[in-house]
Amino acid sequence: MTALDRPDVSLALDPEEARRVRAARFERVGKWLLPLAIMVAAIWLWDRICVWNEIPRYILPRPGEVLYTLYADAGLLFGSLLVTLKITFLGLALAVAGGVGLAVLFAQSKWVEMSFFPFAIVLQVTPIVAIFPLINIYVDNQTAKLLLCAWIVAFFPILSNTTLGLNSVDRNLLDLFKLNGATRWQQLVHLRLPAAMPYFLGGLKIAGGLSLIGAVVAEFVAGSTGQSSGLASRIIEAGYRLNAPRLFAALILISFTGIVIFLVLSLISHLVLRRWHESALKQER
Amino acid sequence: MLQTMEPKTAEAAGGAPLLMLRDVGKTFSNGVTALGRVDLTIREGDFLSLLGPSGCGKSTALRLIAGLSTPTTGLLDWRGDGAGGRFDTGFVFQEPTLLPWATVFDNVWLPLRLRGVSRTEATPAIREMIERVHLTGFEEAMPRELSGGMKMRVSIARGLVTKPRLLLMDEPFAALDEITRFRLNHDLLELWQEEKFTVVFVTHSVFESVFLSNRIVVMAARPGRVFGEIAVDAAYPRDEAFRTSPDYAALCREASRVLVDAMDAGAGDDRP
Ligand SMILES: Nc1ncnc2c1ncn2[C@@H]1O[C@H](COP(=O)(O)OP(=O)(O)OP(=O)(O)O)[C@@H](O)[C@H]1O
Ligand SMILES: [Mg+2]
Repeated sequence: MTALDRPDVSLALDPEEARRVRAARFERVGKWLLPLAIMVAAIWLWDRICVWNEIPRYILPRPGEVLYTLYADAGLLFGSLLVTLKITFLGLALAVAGGVGLAVLFAQSKWVEMSFFPFAIVLQVTPIVAIFPLINIYVDNQTAKLLLCAWIVAFFPILSNTTLGLNSVDRNLLDLFKLNGATRWQQLVHLRLPAAMPYFLGGLKIAGGLSLIGAVVAEFVAGSTGQSSGLASRIIEAGYRLNAPRLFAALILISFTGIVIFLVLSLISHLVLRRWHESALKQER
Repeated sequence: MLQTMEPKTAEAAGGAPLLMLRDVGKTFSNGVTALGRVDLTIREGDFLSLLGPSGCGKSTALRLIAGLSTPTTGLLDWRGDGAGGRFDTGFVFQEPTLLPWATVFDNVWLPLRLRGVSRTEATPAIREMIERVHLTGFEEAMPRELSGGMKMRVSIARGLVTKPRLLLMDEPFAALDEITRFRLNHDLLELWQEEKFTVVFVTHSVFESVFLSNRIVVMAARPGRVFGEIAVDAAYPRDEAFRTSPDYAALCREASRVLVDAMDAGAGDDRP
């Protein structure tokens, strides 16, 4: 790699290079430190505002209290988190299966793609909240309802990205496969699917977050009918009871889950692509 | 050193015909006649260069020979023992077009893999081919870790790993620097002499075509056609000394002259 990664101490650097090394080192640390500092400052300010204005705890709890609630209500909250996570991951798994499956089907024939892709778009652009009452009528099982919502929201980025990837294969490589008498199956497995991998993983990163949103939103809409127990229903419940600390605690858990999902999917993407794809390469100057 | 406007007279010399293009023409759906009535005999063991200005249908001719496209008129007449045909040809493109997610080894394996040969079965052939293009030690490297010249070597190894009777090359070295190109020219000739396959080599470069080939077919545009043929009768093996010999200079002059004539003829001609 370049000298920026492993600065050679014995090397006599001219001022410009030395400045670059310093700047790079600062950037590496600052990338983490700066947002963290802002975060701490914001939390401190939040705490101070509560104290200075004597805001009652049922309107805006102090950060410490939220943290304490997270600990005190851990059984309840993490149990709910597990329910939400289950829906999220099942929804994401179904979205991957459905999205990739449909994309592969589309790649088999332009006609199939032309015929069915518009319906996928319709499904995507119609707000899930608007569809939910229908789902509520037709589907009895609570888990199935929520899963269906998470799936509808999450599957489109996977479908559209994978479709794009399967179609953006080097023309010369396609010719090469043809020249060597490759079957459609070989072309799919050895050429189209690997070529679509970066696109698919990009879609997956988006879909992971969307699946969580789908799961939570669905539960919100379903929540009024009662029987659910995910994080969204904890929020609704806490709202009714003016239990602001728990509301905040649940909210933090949801955000945190979203961040973790994104990071995990980014890591997977990096690990899969790191040997060959530009997006996973370190910037080389 | 013989130049004729009538390519058929050159058939007397050389090996047995491998492929005859008879009256082959190609008109695309947009109305462009890329090739009109090409008659050309490719003989066993030829190193035949297709030389011509941009747009004269060189790539189109190569794709027709490869079976990647079908002629509008005429036919391709495969000779020899009948074992020829497009599955017995290797193709090397202008870009290396390797699978970016596969190692050098797996890239060279690809044509055999598509024919159902397992990795273990194919290993000796792959190793040999990688050695022949001087890439031993880079088997596990990814394409992005290689220089342009090395990638092209992988591409050539991939084209030859099935031991094809005919190797088609479409301006394979056009994007490389001159030093790398000279080396690859040399190594390609070496391979050709050892393996005795037939090459159809598309190029823009007069110098390259003279250095490499025993026959240079000069094409003219609008419509694409064979304009003339130059037999390069300098003996093989050819080395760097050949590049500085008077023979080479004379041949280059001659080829340049035919090419200029072809360009004049192409520009003056309207579409049919
Ligand atoms: N698929 C296609 N559809 C329509 N026209 C085409 C197609 N392929 C090539 N042509 C046209 O046919 C003509 C010959 O193209 P071709 O690629 O064979 O030329 P070439 O001699 O290889 O040129 P170059 O040296 O620039 O590669 C050009 O005018 C080109 O625009
Ligand atoms: Mg071309």
